[in-house]
Amino acid sequence: MTHMPQLSRRSFVVGATAAAGGGLALGLNIPFGGSKAALAQAQAATPEVNAWVVIKPDDTVVIRVVRSEMGQGTITGLCQLVAEELECDWSKVTYEYPTPGESVKRNQVWGSFSTGGSRGIRTSHEYVRKGGAAARMMLVQAAANRWNVPASECTAENSLITHKPSGRKLRFGEVAEAASKLQPPADVPLKDPKSWKIAGKPLKRLDTVDKVTGKQVYGFDLKLPGMLNAAIMECPVFGGKVKSFDADKVKGMKGVRHVLQVGDTAVAVVADTWWQAKTALDALPIVWDEGTNANVSSASIAKMLEEGLSAEQGFVGNQAGDAKAALAGAAKKVEAVYAYPFQNHATMEPMNCTARYTPDRCEVWAPTQDGQGTFATVLAASGLPADKCEVYKINLGGGYGRRSGLHQDWARQAVSIAKQVPGVPIKLLWSREEDMRQGRYHPVMQCKLTGGFDANNNLVALHMRLSGQSIAAAVLPQVVEKDQGRDALVFQGVSGPNLLGGEYSLGYTVPNLLVDHAMRNTHVPPGVWRGVNINQNCIFMECFMDELAQAVGQDELEFRRKLMANHPKSLAVLNAAAERIGWGKPAPQGVHRGLAHLKAFNAYVAAAAEVSVEGNRIKIHRIVAATDPIHAVNPAQIERQVAGSFVYGLSAVFYGECTVDKGRIVEGNFDTYDSMRIAQMPPVETIIMPSGGNDPWGGIGEPTICVAAPAVLNAYAKATGQRIRSIPLKNQRIRMA
Amino acid sequence: MARLTINGQTHEVDVAPDTPLLWAIRENVGLTGTKYGCGIAQCGACTVHIDGEAVRSCSLPVSAAEGKQIVTIEGLAAGSTLHKVQKAWIDHDVPQCGYCQAGMIMAVAALLKDKPKPTDADINDTITNICRCGTFQQVRAAIHAAANA
Repeated sequence: MTHMPQLSRRSFVVGATAAAGGGLALGLNIPFGGSKAALAQAQAATPEVNAWVVIKPDDTVVIRVVRSEMGQGTITGLCQLVAEELECDWSKVTYEYPTPGESVKRNQVWGSFSTGGSRGIRTSHEYVRKGGAAARMMLVQAAANRWNVPASECTAENSLITHKPSGRKLRFGEVAEAASKLQPPADVPLKDPKSWKIAGKPLKRLDTVDKVTGKQVYGFDLKLPGMLNAAIMECPVFGGKVKSFDADKVKGMKGVRHVLQVGDTAVAVVADTWWQAKTALDALPIVWDEGTNANVSSASIAKMLEEGLSAEQGFVGNQAGDAKAALAGAAKKVEAVYAYPFQNHATMEPMNCTARYTPDRCEVWAPTQDGQGTFATVLAASGLPADKCEVYKINLGGGYGRRSGLHQDWARQAVSIAKQVPGVPIKLLWSREEDMRQGRYHPVMQCKLTGGFDANNNLVALHMRLSGQSIAAAVLPQVVEKDQGRDALVFQGVSGPNLLGGEYSLGYTVPNLLVDHAMRNTHVPPGVWRGVNINQNCIFMECFMDELAQAVGQDELEFRRKLMANHPKSLAVLNAAAERIGWGKPAPQGVHRGLAHLKAFNAYVAAAAEVSVEGNRIKIHRIVAATDPIHAVNPAQIERQVAGSFVYGLSAVFYGECTVDKGRIVEGNFDTYDSMRIAQMPPVETIIMPSGGNDPWGGIGEPTICVAAPAVLNAYAKATGQRIRSIPLKNQRIRMA
Repeated sequence: MARLTINGQTHEVDVAPDTPLLWAIRENVGLTGTKYGCGIAQCGACTVHIDGEAVRSCSLPVSAAEGKQIVTIEGLAAGSTLHKVQKAWIDHDVPQCGYCQAGMIMAVAALLKDKPKPTDADINDTITNICRCGTFQQVRAAIHAAANA
């Protein structure tokens, strides 16, 4: 078996020059900081140039990546950044995943494993580049030592070190071992991105071939000797429990080995094959104690949220002047109410996890977005200390947040089952139906927007009242408690300039502004989701901007521009998208245009769409996207992520709704939770316009997801005169042509 | 016990006759390139060829596949020579997470056998696989490239 990732054995340590990475602290309680003895042992076992770079005698470069690859291209991008500073031959680059257990032993040398919030590159670029640069400096020093010349006379390029005065050359592989014994440099300068040769280029991904031959091993492809397979069912009513189940009814079925309760809330069947386990689980009589949540429905949740729209109190996320007073004195007012539903991630690969437990060791193989988050879950679920646990990351068939460190229910389940069958590897796989009905759902939200104009049709006041669910209240209660009950994440894309580090600040200046949130939590478990709150906030804000412009008879682009003088980067992407789509020029017959923009994950993004409408079908002819991520590491992968984000975002807005009935989720599969197909895919043109400089880098995977939907909705309103304010569109019998 | 011919090899698999072909391929034969996505023939991740036709193997019982030529993604290449669709996929850097791609590639290979130069409309009608990462632009470009290879 080659599925168990192994660190390279032939390498060298430069010590931990790179500071451990930042990233959002998820409140995970992992006892990091290994003993000095453990650290020394770990380093001795893995000689390397430094923690980031292993160079083999044949010049092969192995770059260590701890962020997870789930299709977004982070592995390739991070390798480009390391290779750029390392000055190695790109064709010699490969990569590997260090394990969370290794990270513990080495005092978190690789920083955060968490791969969410579009943080994979933007919050680790500095320390991974330094890792590459430090390794290069040591290789050069080692060569200089061999030649007995000053390092300043030597240069590195394309995996070769040259002594300029004499023309002598050494390959990286020839000096790597000597380099590993040198002291790491204290001062590690980085290149100006303007001089990049590998980073910033549209290079192909490093991980494609196995994906087209069927060789790539995803979590649920894993095979281990003696492994059994588990199917599971959680109480379909969230918060309910197992009352009883009649194991005898299925124990005689072919292949069935065990029928087990998992915690208080789930039942699993373990069998030789998964199909046998699932067949038996379907036949297993289970009685649930559904509890009081069995009375909850989408209608009762909507009613609760409606009340929040006009509640007196709300947590404030953005404020200027006195919006309520200004609205009271406005010459003209416009008001609208919008709604956004629960949505599942529906990764193509359903949730799964493999675990093997003995009283001395618990090992887990997980398609996870956060190796450390899984590791913390394994410690808690196994009850074993860190030095007796390990997590091996396996490729993910999509993540979108469902496999983040915040949502490790599947890992907990797998360990819980494995503990009941000690010594036997257990692969747990959810059916698609289980995956749909045990989600960590995109939160439900309603929004009332009120705009006020003065007598000259200037927008003088705006109140955006959000009412709905908080993710943080469910999964990071300590963060909410610290913030006096507020969940700042609710304000993604519409926040004040100082909230959330300014990553999600509103791209408009309105003299009297109030954005506030009436927190209305439900029993349905919410979760982070690609872009999560920017999806609804961008629809709310950007569709309402069109409504405001149209209420005073102004061009939608000109109306926005007047509010964006203080937001030059937002304005730049909006202008770029508008210009490319031909805003202000005649559109083809029957074609209408719409715009939207937002700042999120520190990236400035905009979209412009062209649509036509025939009956209840919307044809999207074309979408232009513009993104300013400050620095762009791989334009080809950015284009793919942008177009792909539109597929995910538009599928959500047209088809995405998880309905609650009798306390449980109704939709169980893609027949009722549809997704865009190739026939509906419009051409997407992506303008990548990195502004450079020293601003914090912006994300790629998520920001653009939010702008396609409001651009399309705005174009639809222009085409039909009808404003859609409730998502998804399928509920209004509107489909994509 | 069912007798299945997969990628030119015969396998005796000890499963109930109504077991979906997908699970016999994955769990009994051990070829895991064919994926499970929905179990109801909606997403196409499980697409294989049966006597040259693209079939969603999650919804076909093994009993219906006996005596037929089954080809999975592992059997698409001719030895070490990749199928032209696989080559086009690499040239166009198509996959993102890649999970749905084996099924997508099998569907496209069957389409090209049927229609060597498919139009965009042919592609729209035939390639109905779900891809949540949304690599559709690259898929379309790669199909045309493979057709012209």
